[in-house]
Amino acid sequence: MSMTKLIVKNAFRHTLRVLLTIIGISVAVVAFGMLRTVVTAWNSGVAASSPNRLIVRQAVSFIFPLPYAYKEKIASIPGVSTVSWLNWFGGTYIDKDQFFARQGCDPETLLSLYPEFKLTSSEISAFKADRSACIVGIETAKRYGLNIGDIMNMEGDIYPGSWQFTVRGIYTPRSKTDDATQMFFHWEYLNERMKQDDPSRADQVGYYVVKINDPSRSAEISQKIDQLFKNSAAETKTETEGQFQQGFVSSSGAIIGAINIMSYLIIGIILLVLCNTMIMTSRERTREYAVLKSLGFTGGHLFAFIAGEALTISFLGAGIGIALLIPIVQGFEALLPRGWFPVFIIETSTYVLAGSSALIVGVIAAIIPLYRALTMKIVDGLRFTG
Amino acid sequence: MSAIISISHLTKTYKRDKQEITVLNDVSLDIEQGDFVALMGPSGSGKTTLLNIIAGIDRPTNGEVMIDGTNIGILSETELAKWRSRHIGFIFQFYNLIPVLTAFENVELPLMLTPLTKSERRRQVELALSVVGLAERMDHYPRQLSGGQEQRVAIARAIASDPDIFVADEPTGDLDRVSAEEILTLLERLNKEFGKTIVMVTHDPSAANRAHIVHHLEKGDLIPQGQS
Repeated sequence: MSMTKLIVKNAFRHTLRVLLTIIGISVAVVAFGMLRTVVTAWNSGVAASSPNRLIVRQAVSFIFPLPYAYKEKIASIPGVSTVSWLNWFGGTYIDKDQFFARQGCDPETLLSLYPEFKLTSSEISAFKADRSACIVGIETAKRYGLNIGDIMNMEGDIYPGSWQFTVRGIYTPRSKTDDATQMFFHWEYLNERMKQDDPSRADQVGYYVVKINDPSRSAEISQKIDQLFKNSAAETKTETEGQFQQGFVSSSGAIIGAINIMSYLIIGIILLVLCNTMIMTSRERTREYAVLKSLGFTGGHLFAFIAGEALTISFLGAGIGIALLIPIVQGFEALLPRGWFPVFIIETSTYVLAGSSALIVGVIAAIIPLYRALTMKIVDGLRFTG
Repeated sequence: MSAIISISHLTKTYKRDKQEITVLNDVSLDIEQGDFVALMGPSGSGKTTLLNIIAGIDRPTNGEVMIDGTNIGILSETELAKWRSRHIGFIFQFYNLIPVLTAFENVELPLMLTPLTKSERRRQVELALSVVGLAERMDHYPRQLSGGQEQRVAIARAIASDPDIFVADEPTGDLDRVSAEEILTLLERLNKEFGKTIVMVTHDPSAANRAHIVHHLEKGDLIPQGQS
């Protein structure tokens, strides 16, 4: 018989109680993982942002456009390497419930600013060559069964009318945290139509995306850009892409904060559940610990028995919880309206946090029983009747 | 013969609330190697406390306890634990087997503290169980055994690591007459055939009759032999 066998046999002495504890820990780990995944999804835009990209938007509000003419002026500022622009399109594809980001872009500069979107060279060439072309993320392509050459018909709302786009490329994200749901088309296609239908809205872009050489100079360059358009009809607000994305989620900051706190409270619940089990178990076994000590087992042995038992239970609970978390997260994502969270994945850090929490909880849950076992006099333990 | 257990001027006091209670009062006693000694006396006379101190699971307040040349009163807790595992075999009134372990595993328990290999441990456990006549019940759990059989497993556990001294606290106190006789016969065998020193606490005069020497305690005092 090995120490491990003895620990496992002891851990499962009260099968029902241990199973209930393990289930309790598993449920808590699933809840913890779900909440962490939601927080991660919420912050995915911030996480995926690049430090060498600045966003220049209208100072009053993001919904107001900026003149196309700003492009050259921004490009002239030292430290700026590339200037690109995007224009939120909105529109309806199939029906109003089908949401994914659709933006007009400059095909010549887009991919140098967003290297995280991977396309083949033939797709890039085809996208650039056709003014009505678009590229879509692989998730959106899968969702609607889109292939190269397919036509996407859209009904405009911000830009009224019927629009047709030809899929010329399907991009794959560089990493799991990059958004693979977006659609990009030629801003020029939009602009030409505006020139005809509503000239007052022509030659305007939604916001500029500026690539800088040195991320440490982002504050200085941002200030220079804003200074350039001070007192103009369309003053700008320039910030890093991370700050820009943070602006979207900051309005939900209190909710995210609450979810974060809840996720850590759940760790506390796991601790209480396991502590309760371990304290009951060790109390019932007071006499056995006394017997083990009388046979010559030392404090180190008792530490191994008690901590080993607590860790066995906590790791089993965490393991089952993590195994359940994967299909549950996938099921939850399927229940959400499509496009709610472009990135909805369990991050490695969530697994690490769940695993390390199990370790910490296991050790903490063993402290009180261990203290009692170590400080107990053998003669008192042998007299213990429960 | 030389004294394997030598106790001189042993005193043990407890504090209960603010009151100091003397459980053993200036007890001196020598037990020779190979002796079978019974400690008798009324409840509260200090016999179990004396047994616990001899076994190294309780410490004296004053006095000296030398076991086979070692003053166990000065050993640290860890040293004492190691010493117990090598020198003392415990037999308790309520057997104190681990319920989730089979008879084999219970007997193997003290051997986990030795450097023996798995096969050596197996041999030793089988030998111990055959000495107590339970070789065929080695895969049984304590709940599947009678009280007498449980106590025999407990004796097998005590003899597995081949200690010099056996301490038995009311080993027949929870058994019927037949089982009690079997256990006492087993203890006699350990003493006669294997030369083990046995110190037994008992209330039962017929159990005490099996011992070579009977010591009586009264209110913490060891009554000189012939006066009880």
